[in-house]
Amino acid sequence: MKDLAMHIIDITRNSVRAGASLIGIRLDVYKTEKLLKMTIKDNGCGMDSEMILRVTDPFVTSRTTRKVGLGLPFLKMNAEQTGGALSIQSQPGEGTVVTATFDYSHIDCVPLGDIQGTVALIMSGNPNQDFEFEICKDESVFALKSTEIKDALDGISIANPSVAKMIAEMVDTNLLSDLQ
Amino acid sequence: MAKVKTLDDLRKMKDELKSRISLRENSDNPESLVQVKVSMATCGIASGAKEIMNYFIEEFDSQNIDAVVTQTGCMGYCYAEPTIEVTLPGEKPLVFGNVTFSKASEIIEKYIKEGELVDGIIPDNYETIE
Ligand SMILES: Nc1ncnc2c1ncn2[C@@H]1O[C@H](COP(=O)(O)OP(=O)(O)O)[C@@H](O)[C@H]1O
Ligand SMILES: [Mg+2]
Repeated sequence: MKDLAMHIIDITRNSVRAGASLIGIRLDVYKTEKLLKMTIKDNGCGMDSEMILRVTDPFVTSRTTRKVGLGLPFLKMNAEQTGGALSIQSQPGEGTVVTATFDYSHIDCVPLGDIQGTVALIMSGNPNQDFEFEICKDESVFALKSTEIKDALDGISIANPSVAKMIAEMVDTNLLSDLQ
Repeated sequence: MAKVKTLDDLRKMKDELKSRISLRENSDNPESLVQVKVSMATCGIASGAKEIMNYFIEEFDSQNIDAVVTQTGCMGYCYAEPTIEVTLPGEKPLVFGNVTFSKASEIIEKYIKEGELVDGIIPDNYETIE
């Protein structure tokens, strides 16, 4: 994965596949520590502790009951190569929280990428799920909920291409710049 | 169109949008629209599925084509990513593999607008997922 935005698409797909109806995407920027925290939270089917171990380190298991994916290991690798970490909290039936931290001053840190376009593609591209996007930097917070957008649209599908463009514009105008 | 900044702006835009969405069809009924699903599993994302999804959004928006563009999971064609599924109103879904920008443009201009078949269809009796 070339940038954080791609990871966000990838990790939220896991949540959709886990049957989540509500997915939270949160970015916290801690300027003094040069720390970036990405949190993806869902109310999907969750995982047990053995599964959590298995998905973060595909080589740990002897079992081969299912093919192991690459999405979480890629994210772990990109976080760890900056000195950050990946953590997964999950309970079967409860949902999952995936947190990745990055030292964004590290030379190996992947760029943020197209966050506004990504938020738009996720909200618009998954009309049956709801998303809450938040970006927090120091005291400022920008938050956007797909339920609010759907309400404002009053019957027009959120998957309408013009709506996707509008969501990207909303995030773009409000996105806190000068992260790096 | 002016830039959308807030939900209030979005509410105002909604009316403009409503008049642009052709009134002959009920846009709440996805069967009456062109549907494009972009495969967004890890391999798809890594091979540029996001840019392809954006391309369809831009083109449908600027050409006023009644369509919905959504994401889907792995369609099982990792070797042919980016992969998309296109469903024209009343037609069976078709899957296209190795979709570049120029292939995407050809799919819009020939298949979606004219109903002509183009190369790159993955022939299969696969089941659509999600
Ligand atoms: N949010 C989630 N909720 C439930 N299970 C999950 C979640 N995220 C990941 N998993 C499980 O972990 C597995 C590995 O995920 P990942 O590394 O992204 O690879 P892939 O998605 O290709 O399987 C998934 O197949 C799924 O079983
Ligand atoms: Mg995955």
